Amino acid sequence: MPSKVHVQTTINGEEVEFLCEPRQSLLEVLRDVLYLTGSKEGCNNGNCGACSVILDGRLVNSCLVLGAEIEGKSVETVEGLAEPDKLHPIQDAFLENAALQCGICTPGFIVAAKALLDKNPNPTEHEIRYWLAGNLCRCTGYDKIVRAVQDAAQIMSSEVSA
Amino acid sequence: MASWGEARDSRLIGQRIPRLSGADKVTGKAKYTFDVNQPGMLYGRILGSPVTHAEITAINLSEAEALPGVKAAIPLIEPGKRVRYQGQEIAAVAAETDDIAKDAIRLIRFDYEELPYVVDVEEAMTEDAPQLHEDRPGNQSKPGIDERGDIEAGFAEAAKVVEATYHAPVQTHVSLETHGHVAAWDGDNLTVWASTQAVFGTRRDLAQHFNLPEDKVRVITEHMGGGFGSKFGPGVEGRAAAELARKAEAPVKLMVTRKDEHLVSGNRPSMTQHVRAGATKDGRLIAYDLRGYGTGGISGGAGFTGPYVYHVPNVRTEKFAVSINAGNARAMRAPGHPQGAFGMDSLMDELAEQLGMDALEFRRINSDSQPRRNEIRQTEYTLGAREIGWHRRNKVPGAGRGVKKRGIGMGCGQWGGGGGKGTQARVTIHADGTVEAVTGTQDLGTGIRTVIAIIVAEELGLRPQDITVKIGDSAPGLASGGSGGSQTIGSVTPVIKTAAIAAKQKLFEHIAPQWGVEPEALRAASGKLYLASDRTKTISWKEATGHLGMETISEGGYWDEELRIGDVAGVQFAEVEVDTETGVVKPIKIVAVQDCGMVVNRLTTESQINGGVIMGLSYALLEDRVMDAQTGKMINPNMSDYKVAGTMEIPEIKAIALDTGRKVTGIGEPPTIPTAGAIANAVYNAIGVRIRELPITPDKVLSALAEKGKA
Ligand code: FES
Ligand code: FES
Repeated sequence: MPSKVHVQTTINGEEVEFLCEPRQSLLEVLRDVLYLTGSKEGCNNGNCGACSVILDGRLVNSCLVLGAEIEGKSVETVEGLAEPDKLHPIQDAFLENAALQCGICTPGFIVAAKALLDKNPNPTEHEIRYWLAGNLCRCTGYDKIVRAVQDAAQIMSSEVSA
Repeated sequence: MASWGEARDSRLIGQRIPRLSGADKVTGKAKYTFDVNQPGMLYGRILGSPVTHAEITAINLSEAEALPGVKAAIPLIEPGKRVRYQGQEIAAVAAETDDIAKDAIRLIRFDYEELPYVVDVEEAMTEDAPQLHEDRPGNQSKPGIDERGDIEAGFAEAAKVVEATYHAPVQTHVSLETHGHVAAWDGDNLTVWASTQAVFGTRRDLAQHFNLPEDKVRVITEHMGGGFGSKFGPGVEGRAAAELARKAEAPVKLMVTRKDEHLVSGNRPSMTQHVRAGATKDGRLIAYDLRGYGTGGISGGAGFTGPYVYHVPNVRTEKFAVSINAGNARAMRAPGHPQGAFGMDSLMDELAEQLGMDALEFRRINSDSQPRRNEIRQTEYTLGAREIGWHRRNKVPGAGRGVKKRGIGMGCGQWGGGGGKGTQARVTIHADGTVEAVTGTQDLGTGIRTVIAIIVAEELGLRPQDITVKIGDSAPGLASGGSGGSQTIGSVTPVIKTAAIAAKQKLFEHIAPQWGVEPEALRAASGKLYLASDRTKTISWKEATGHLGMETISEGGYWDEELRIGDVAGVQFAEVEVDTETGVVKPIKIVAVQDCGMVVNRLTTESQINGGVIMGLSYALLEDRVMDAQTGKMINPNMSDYKVAGTMEIPEIKAIALDTGRKVTGIGEPPTIPTAGAIANAVYNAIGVRIRELPITPDKVLSALAEKGKA
């Protein structure tokens, strides 16, 4: 068996060290090594976005990144968004808009939306749809997801200016 | 007999209430089966057949077993038996990591003799095709024949007759969470976390499989990532997970891969119908003659509805299933209806055009075969037509100018969804004021957990978040049926409601003597009990329950059928824009008017309607299980080549959840039925060429336009 790789990295602002196999994906590391199961597996080959995380500021499908690749980098997952007793505005907006049903795609959408709003705080509806096109949901019909992201953008930009 | 009371007296029922598990879901805390981790847990994998049809002559697991890290391997088929479709389970392994399990799968050796196969429906029906069953000559099941009235006389009376062939493809469920289980043994007690629509059904199946009393098996489904009809039992994969766990003496997680999910975990059968139908000069359907079939895979059925919704006096139909070497059909969101509705709605429009009538007017004249539905449907026509702007549709189909042409169409559906007996539930009030509602149903994402809380809270005068809802676990022994057929709300809520009434009554019986009144004189609202005749005489909920002392109130309920209703009507309208240069159909707006009985939670009800519409839209324009006739394999068993609608395909959706009385009904399925027909009719209205085959992809649009150009 190949020897394990030692990785030192930052996840949700905390320094983390772990051992993983060279071929383990970041998604597997998050879920099976670090027990951060908020990032979901829908397809394991880059088609559904359920495993979305932010890697050094860039939105990626964690099933397509190797665990070993995050050495020295910084990863944001859905677990890192809320404060101890306060949801992130995007999470609030998803709740308020009922932008989820079974909810298994939801962490991926929320992380993707976060990556969008980090870059572009005032996206148009078209930009939101375009950005989220890599995230699939079989339950909701997307409409409310798009509206949730619009709402979150509004709330976040008013928070910034306030 | 219980009642839901008047709408004006409801504080919670009919409002918009965010789902209770929402916070857990948006933070990633919610644990799905896929997320369950147990100490010492192993990872299971299944070897699915790489060949389409073969007799397995030998299976050798020793190399796989010898791989370091592999803890168990089991065959899933006996030598001498046949695999009859790609992906059919051959063996399974459990190993310390998923990667080792993957490696081990590659080390399983098996010998086989390949057999001829057929995966194309039309080819399967030909004389030279391999015969897949002894009792299905020509690979066809015995046809179901339905005859009423006098078909010849009917056609003789018809002023116009349309003859057409409609086709819909095989659709797969594509739940975002694949099928899967985590199985753990403790002695001869088995605990299984299951991504299932049927906690108690799964328990029964596993108990039988392992020859255990049912109470030795516990099934847990806290959250699950969609099922749409495909997840009603442990299946081969669930039994394999438990077998592996027993053999390895360690918990095993076995999730089906996305590829196998497409191949073996169920699908909606295809439909082909040759139909001839006639209407009288004044627009009444008079005769309907159909021969139709579809494939439900190797041995599945392929039923579909037709005639549909509208009353036809003279009918002859003949329907059968065609076997091919592919995974079997399973129930899929309104089994048989979307395909039937697409055929019927297309036919209705074709007939209306022949008669020179407006398609909506023609539908109005032809009443629904059921009086209640018919009445509601007439209202739905009016509401939907107004919302979409029906008057804007092209009087002459295809008449719009320019490259991008718009059109409007409509479709109809009906569904049962009234629920049934068999749910047990308890509502418990503790002395500290906490309230629990417990039953064995499961929340697939539909929102039943929140609905239960709303109903108990309404009855007890509390807030939904005050109620702890315990579902998705067989341990309390309160059974409930599987969540299918949109039956959950109609089965569960009457029992919850009557249990809540009984529990409240018990609490009133405690308090009333202290006030020197009868229990009937008390009411509960806004976190208080009060005297009906004197609203100033109150006691807070907590104080009241404090009087219980060491006691706990725990009451069961019964299924009061007056609280629910079935047989709902739905109507949808679609506006699309067709690019006549690229052939791309872009939906602009969909209006879904759905008979919802009594809406309990408007927020989640509308979500379900939206979701149904999108699945219907996806069926109309994108989804298709493509089989390669040469290799016998599915060409697109993934989520990029098997297209499901994404954010870019989504039009504006107007969900109109119509309250039609004070009885609950299930609407998980009905909103997915009318969409495909509405879109197909809108496409015709836009371009003036009818596409009779789903999905309506650009190639079909362009060839249809080219045909028309030639004519
Ligand atoms: S699991 Fe990574 S994209 Fe689907
Ligand atoms: S909410 Fe179920 S897949 Fe998106």
